[in-house]
Amino acid sequence: MTTEDLTGRLAPALAAEEAGDPFVLGGQTLTSRLLLGTGGVPSLEALEAAVRASGTQLVTVALRRVEASAAGSMMQVLDRAGVRLLPNTAGCRTAREAVRTARLAREAFGTDWVKLEVIGDDVTLLPDAVELLDAAEQLVAEGFTVLAYTTDDPVLGRRLADAGCAAVMPLGSPIGSGLGIRNPHSIALLRDAVDVPVVLDAGIGTASDAALAMELGCDAVLLASAVTRARDPERMALAMRQAVEGGRLARLAGRIPRRWHAEASTSFEGLPAL
Amino acid sequence: MQVTVNGDAAELADGATVADLVADLLAERASGHDRVAVARNGDVVPRSSWAQTPLAPGDAVEVLAPTAGG
Repeated sequence: MTTEDLTGRLAPALAAEEAGDPFVLGGQTLTSRLLLGTGGVPSLEALEAAVRASGTQLVTVALRRVEASAAGSMMQVLDRAGVRLLPNTAGCRTAREAVRTARLAREAFGTDWVKLEVIGDDVTLLPDAVELLDAAEQLVAEGFTVLAYTTDDPVLGRRLADAGCAAVMPLGSPIGSGLGIRNPHSIALLRDAVDVPVVLDAGIGTASDAALAMELGCDAVLLASAVTRARDPERMALAMRQAVEGGRLARLAGRIPRRWHAEASTSFEGLPAL
Repeated sequence: MQVTVNGDAAELADGATVADLVADLLAERASGHDRVAVARNGDVVPRSSWAQTPLAPGDAVEVLAPTAGG
């Protein structure tokens, strides 16, 4: 199935839905609520197909020491796709490293947007709250549009928003784990605690996880491994796109309350005696 | 003069600039990167200043390029 086959027949209806529900991030209006990471991508062809099928407008990239690699071509693929770039500070462990990396990313990519990631633990790759907040404050002061990768702690989320972050991006579970959203209650509390966009970032394993994030009130979802490491990245990218849209629609539509017992959907009035 | 480039010791001609170093490195790695960022002793050297920034013995330079990342 080609990319056009996968996405083309859905496009008109989706575009109509999106038109009435813009997503404003860092002062920019996006029609897609799916942010895609490039980490773990098996090939440039797979990346191009996944980006297209996902409908994403914002794609994360990283900076590393220059090597003879295909990364130059990766940038051509992303340029061709017309997506906005979101550099990350992956691998940074201190505020100092993260701030320096963000400055270098601004120079390399010509954008002051940054996905701020400050890692405090090798095994879980969980954020270091203290360094993260410190880095966020410095980068905001330097004029960066900071999208902060954080834990699902609503208090820390509020501190990051108060520091001027353009978005708070809580994890559902550890990076690359595919464990989904381990604490939906915390994500919902965080959503209520801040006035900036909340982007569920990390832990998504499959489409239902992305839909749940949106149903909980997240404004968008950022995922990489769930697509890039799927057996069929292009198909999974489309699945994520539809899940994000479905979850968003369900959130806006308002779900029914949970009940302990049944509530008949068919009236008992007029029931014949048989 | 002796400097450190991306963690490795390197010998450069006296008076070499950041622009010289980047050109040599990209040629050596046969790299087609056009989005390259340079840090000298931790501080960003803007591309517009590369040609006017001479390196000094003992400098630690990081030359970075885009890669895939989540």
